[in-house]
Amino acid sequence: MNNQQQTLWDFMREQSDKLATQTLEHIGLTFISLFLAVLVGLPLGILISRKRKLSSPVLGVAGILQTIPSIALLGFMIPLLGIGPKPAIVALLLYALLPIIRNTYTGITGVDSAVKEAATAMGMSTWQILFKVELPLAMPVILAGIRTATVITVGVATLASYIAAGGLGEFIFGGISLNNTNMILAGAIPAALLAIIFDFLLSRVQKLNTKKIKIAAKVLPLLFLVMALVYFIPRAYGSKLIAGFTPEFMGRQDGNLGLQSKYGLRIHTVVISDAVMYKAAYEKQLDVISGYSTDGRLKAYNLVVLNDDKGIFPPYYAAPIVRDDALKQFPELEKTLNLLSGKINDTVMTELNYRTDYLHESPERVAKDFLVSNNLWKPERGGSAGTVRIGSKIFGEQYILANMYTMLIKGYTDYDVSTKTGLGGTKICFDALTNNQIDLYPEYTGTGLLVILQASPKTVDSLQGNKDRVYNYVKTEFENKYQIKWLQPIGFNNAYALMMRQKQAKDLNVKSISDLKNYLERK
Amino acid sequence: MIKVEHLSKHFGRVKAVDDISLSVNEHENLILLGTSGCGKTTTLKMLNRLIEPTHGKIFINNKNILEQQPEILRRGIGYVLQNNGLFPHYTVAENIAVVPQLLKWDAKRIQHRVSELLEKLHLSKDHLKAYPNELSGGQQQRVGLARALVADPPVLLMDEPFGALDNITKTKIHTEFKALDELKRKTIIMVTHDVQEAFELGDRICLMDKGKIVQTGTPSELLFKPVNKFVKDFLNEQRLQLEFKAIKPPPPPEGGAFELHGVIIPGDVSLWWILEQFKFSENESISILDHQHKKVGALGFEELMSAFYQYKQQHSHE
Repeated sequence: MNNQQQTLWDFMREQSDKLATQTLEHIGLTFISLFLAVLVGLPLGILISRKRKLSSPVLGVAGILQTIPSIALLGFMIPLLGIGPKPAIVALLLYALLPIIRNTYTGITGVDSAVKEAATAMGMSTWQILFKVELPLAMPVILAGIRTATVITVGVATLASYIAAGGLGEFIFGGISLNNTNMILAGAIPAALLAIIFDFLLSRVQKLNTKKIKIAAKVLPLLFLVMALVYFIPRAYGSKLIAGFTPEFMGRQDGNLGLQSKYGLRIHTVVISDAVMYKAAYEKQLDVISGYSTDGRLKAYNLVVLNDDKGIFPPYYAAPIVRDDALKQFPELEKTLNLLSGKINDTVMTELNYRTDYLHESPERVAKDFLVSNNLWKPERGGSAGTVRIGSKIFGEQYILANMYTMLIKGYTDYDVSTKTGLGGTKICFDALTNNQIDLYPEYTGTGLLVILQASPKTVDSLQGNKDRVYNYVKTEFENKYQIKWLQPIGFNNAYALMMRQKQAKDLNVKSISDLKNYLERK
Repeated sequence: MIKVEHLSKHFGRVKAVDDISLSVNEHENLILLGTSGCGKTTTLKMLNRLIEPTHGKIFINNKNILEQQPEILRRGIGYVLQNNGLFPHYTVAENIAVVPQLLKWDAKRIQHRVSELLEKLHLSKDHLKAYPNELSGGQQQRVGLARALVADPPVLLMDEPFGALDNITKTKIHTEFKALDELKRKTIIMVTHDVQEAFELGDRICLMDKGKIVQTGTPSELLFKPVNKFVKDFLNEQRLQLEFKAIKPPPPPEGGAFELHGVIIPGDVSLWWILEQFKFSENESISILDHQHKKVGALGFEELMSAFYQYKQQHSHE
């Protein structure tokens, strides 16, 4: 435990620059959005307290906005506002609206009618009643709404990192992808602290007496604005091109860290979710992105992979991995699975992925079409000599492969098949395999090397990114450590890659990562 | 002073106030009396346009108030609410100063006027910085009264002003209310459902039912010359007490007064009031003073009672 804390502390100290930047971005995003939300929500709340007929449609719409999943809302924003802080701020603003509108409405309508009648009877105008009586009396309730909105916004702002708006989400989602607890905590703890601190401070404001609350109502908007400005401090250096990398890529040795140390690549980088990255590149919001070399969107968005001339991305050749005892139990299995070996190269896999990910065809149909056109498909035998359990991770390519293996086993052997697709990430899939929940799943050599075996940098260097050496290394190690066998590779290499728009790459004459670096350093 | 002509207020198909006319003289205290839903409060609220009439005209000082700007009109009319309606976020001083602030008085004038009223209403200066919720019900009601009086409006509208008070506090405030010189200069219209209160405070009483006026008159007119069975029945339950409140003792000489235990009592108090001071001891008597406050005679229990019977007989036989 102590050791764990120590390393978390070390991580935070080591990354203190990034931590400070992300925290400031997070605070800034939160308060810009809150400031705008109050600017919109307060008048709306006042309006619907005057015209009660409007209250249910307005509160209804704000309520519906609240129920849209945050990632989906961010997704809707991209076609309208692109990526970066703008769509993030608008999305956060929309989330903060409901509590502010509703509490303003409740606060004002909750003012004792005798007090309002007295104010009218004293000869106050409607505006005087609003500013001298209704708003001051509703203030504690309105502040409670702002408080709720603040906590929501601090939480949702972690998602801003999906669309290149920064914030503590960069650590959190990077940490989740990299299975790095310290990184997750380095993002999650400050985010939680921010929520607690802001909540506490606003609760103190809420409890102030009438005199001081008047002052607070004047000071708070200013304070919000100042906090909002914080967002613009960290924007430091720019470059000719903008790169968008996933949080995972940012933290990996065979990712951004390698790009910096081995290539010396310095490019203005924003962190962005894999889900919107390709589209953002296509729409010229980004110039360089990190992606997977067989991703279907490569084809869909006319992107080109830059040659990794210094070999920092280890090979990720796909092959089925099977428990040894399953191979003994099902003697026909190895032969059948190897039917696919060498049959699918990068281009073919990209094409297949394009059909599932972009054209939304079912993985089953894509798998069958491929097998049929390669004369591999046979009708089901309907055998009952035991059931083979196939697993897959939770993305299209793995679904296609799992389907192909299912069809092959059913067509060529007397075994039945059950599939457990969508087993989250590597860790879940691998644990299912070692714990005898599944018999096999498709894995990648690079993942086996770096994520499962967690090979030391020295070992990784000694393999020199050589396809066969990596395959042989993981094959031997898996056999020794886990009694799991790597069958023959399927043929394609789904490795990390840097990509650019075809046209831009051609215009700038950039073919490799070194070309890119040289282009950036040219004045 | 105040003239109401053919005034009606309809809420949808309900006629809350149905074609009423009445007039109030300057410095008179008119009570709108009736059960819940009789239209008395609606009538009152039309006088400062908290409710806009459906039909009819209202004149205050011969000016048609429906042609005036409502905010300006209201700043010239004092208004006291049943649950006082004090602003909970204002101190006592700020509450009282609302109308002067709206009228843009200078700070010194406001301060002077506020402390003057505080003294007249028997509120301590320590209360100035207190918030309404720190005061008792009776104190709150006094602050509400001070707020209505502060700009010295000629007209005062009171909507069940003492309705939320317990009986003991109510009696005490009634006494103060009658003694307050500020109020003697006002034309007051007060709404109440409390018959005793109406008889105690009203110069004239306007009894309403179902949106219409049933009878308007002095307390003794209502008691001894009811226009119909409704008026009679309305007052019947507490008749004896009401009679004592409606009938006054034989008046002292011109400009004179009464005196009891060294306290000077105005000459126009009710029999009830004097009998209450006697606390049922028959040996008590009240001194009659002339205009120079010299004792010229005395009234004992017996004399008061015979005055009561005489008055009653006279009026019942008319």
